[in-house]
Amino acid sequence: MLLYILKRLVAVTPVAFGVSIVCFLLVHLAPGDPLSAILPADATQQTIDDMRAAYGFDKPLPVQYLIWLWHVLHGDLGVSIATGRPVLGEVSRAVVNSLILASVATALGFTFGVLFGFVAGYRRNSLADRVASALSVFGVSVPHYWLGMVMVIVFSATLGWLPPTGAGPDGSGNWRPDFDHLRYLILPAVTMSVIPTGIIARTVRALVADILAQDFVEALRAKGMDELGVFKHVVRNAAPTALAIMGLQLGYLLGGSILIETVFAWPGTGFLLNAAIFQRDLPLLQGSILVLAMFFVLLNLVVDVMQTALDPRIERA
Amino acid sequence: MSALVSAAGPAVVLSNLRVAFGKVQVVDGVDLTVERGQALALIGESGSGKSVTLRAILRLFPESRSRIEGGIFAAGKDVQALGKRALADFRGGDVSMIFQEPLLAFDPVYTVGQQITEAIHRHETITKADARKRALALFERVRIPSPERRLDNYPHEMSGGMRQRAMIALALACHPQVLLADEPTTALDATVQIQVLLLLRELQRDLGLSIVIVTHDLGAAVEVADRIAVMYAGKIVETGTAHQVVLDPHHPYTIGLLRSRAEGALEKGARLQTIPGSPPDLANRPAGCPFAPRCFLAEERCQTEMPPVGEIAPGHRVACWHTDEAASAYRAGPTPVRAIEPLPA
Repeated sequence: MLLYILKRLVAVTPVAFGVSIVCFLLVHLAPGDPLSAILPADATQQTIDDMRAAYGFDKPLPVQYLIWLWHVLHGDLGVSIATGRPVLGEVSRAVVNSLILASVATALGFTFGVLFGFVAGYRRNSLADRVASALSVFGVSVPHYWLGMVMVIVFSATLGWLPPTGAGPDGSGNWRPDFDHLRYLILPAVTMSVIPTGIIARTVRALVADILAQDFVEALRAKGMDELGVFKHVVRNAAPTALAIMGLQLGYLLGGSILIETVFAWPGTGFLLNAAIFQRDLPLLQGSILVLAMFFVLLNLVVDVMQTALDPRIERA
Repeated sequence: MSALVSAAGPAVVLSNLRVAFGKVQVVDGVDLTVERGQALALIGESGSGKSVTLRAILRLFPESRSRIEGGIFAAGKDVQALGKRALADFRGGDVSMIFQEPLLAFDPVYTVGQQITEAIHRHETITKADARKRALALFERVRIPSPERRLDNYPHEMSGGMRQRAMIALALACHPQVLLADEPTTALDATVQIQVLLLLRELQRDLGLSIVIVTHDLGAAVEVADRIAVMYAGKIVETGTAHQVVLDPHHPYTIGLLRSRAEGALEKGARLQTIPGSPPDLANRPAGCPFAPRCFLAEERCQTEMPPVGEIAPGHRVACWHTDEAASAYRAGPTPVRAIEPLPA
């Protein structure tokens, strides 16, 4: 098992390098000059050139990449052009916030998705199945920024139960696990959980129905196992796939929540990315994309390892 | 019926068993008796209802989608009268089953040993170590090499023959009186098939097991079975000792099955005999004998009236209007038996 993890880690290294190159280039391929966002419109050519040299934008791209990579490997993601603060600090604070939001949303999504999926898979074509399936289609297809706005209208503007935006009463970007901060988490987390709920429910429904149709379930009944006994086998068979989907969903939510974080002004990576894009804050953009991409790579690794531990048919060599 | 639910009665008695899925009457009035310590082979082609008959003994169908009527008595119990809990205790405890494809009949994510001990724990209060010991003894009993190590194998790590042996070990784990085998050799290599059949035969003799084996392989049936029952379209058309059925068949369908075997040295270029046509649509059963449209002896009465079951010799029962003609046609030897065109209705 340890050997397998080491092997996977080695295999991940070239992927990580590839990711870093793509991150670096992607931003350079995008139109727009990062300096134009911070320099006054009437800046002289001399000032522009000076700023260029100061940020290193005057050197050829490969050199810029190597310098950037060197700094990245030393934990230095550069300095944000917009705020002048180190990118690493900005990104890590945002990552923590996003991680909190995404974890809670994924946990909610996993819980409800597995619940709906099992009910639907066990009672196929029943009323419960139709309701659960309808809910999951709704979850997958509803635009979540729209849902977010509806939630704000209903629970904040009309009912006044929950705060509409931000991460805490003090307006700072630091979430803490107490009641006041928890209230801020509810709306974005619930909104965000709708997608994984739908996806996990649909996957688990198909999975459970497929497992129940397999010969070994009949064989389990033939050796006298009761429904609970059969259920345990179904869970164990469904777990690897369900966990893999959950891991991927967590990854998507970590990076792909720009819309929700923007709607709720949640100070996470999506919010940060959004700001970085609009301000053409190149170092911040590169840094946050890189961190998010690395998260994805890492998450895939974790899911792989977990699957291997759960399903003996996946080769452990 | 009280004799059927006593410990000394026959191992399995089916009386007028009828199984339907929706509107399709898959098993249509089966009467069958398996004496204790006997092996009975149910043979017939795909869709004849033989596997369904076998599963009905354990009531192994979802109740919402199936209807089982008639009497089912096995291992001294009235199966139709068993409640949920008693049925679960009965399955695997009194009567157990092995399957056609052992790779699919084991849960892929548990070791074979775990699946055997799981069954033992389900039926008995026993320590983990004792259950493991029993599983090991079972593996030795079915002659799995290096049994200690094999217990920790996952199903996909075993060969086909070994998996079926492990399946048999699992089925025997709680000392059942009756073993049901659903095409146990179909998925195996020819060389492994005979080993598994011999193992079944040996277990039957040594443990006093009663066996019901479903197969479409006449050779396999003759190898293990004391008696053979031939099924066609959900009915038993001929039963008798293995000798009676194979050497002195009295039903045209049995004759067709025997003739369609590639037996001994087939002359080069000789064509294998087939039974023309295909089994009837069970949702639209013909009025008379279901085999009539394919039968070389069919006449008008066959199309309209179901022949009663008649006793040819002690224990040899056939449902056909023309048992004598059929038997003499078979005795007449190698003259090819050709079907006549179906009679105009």
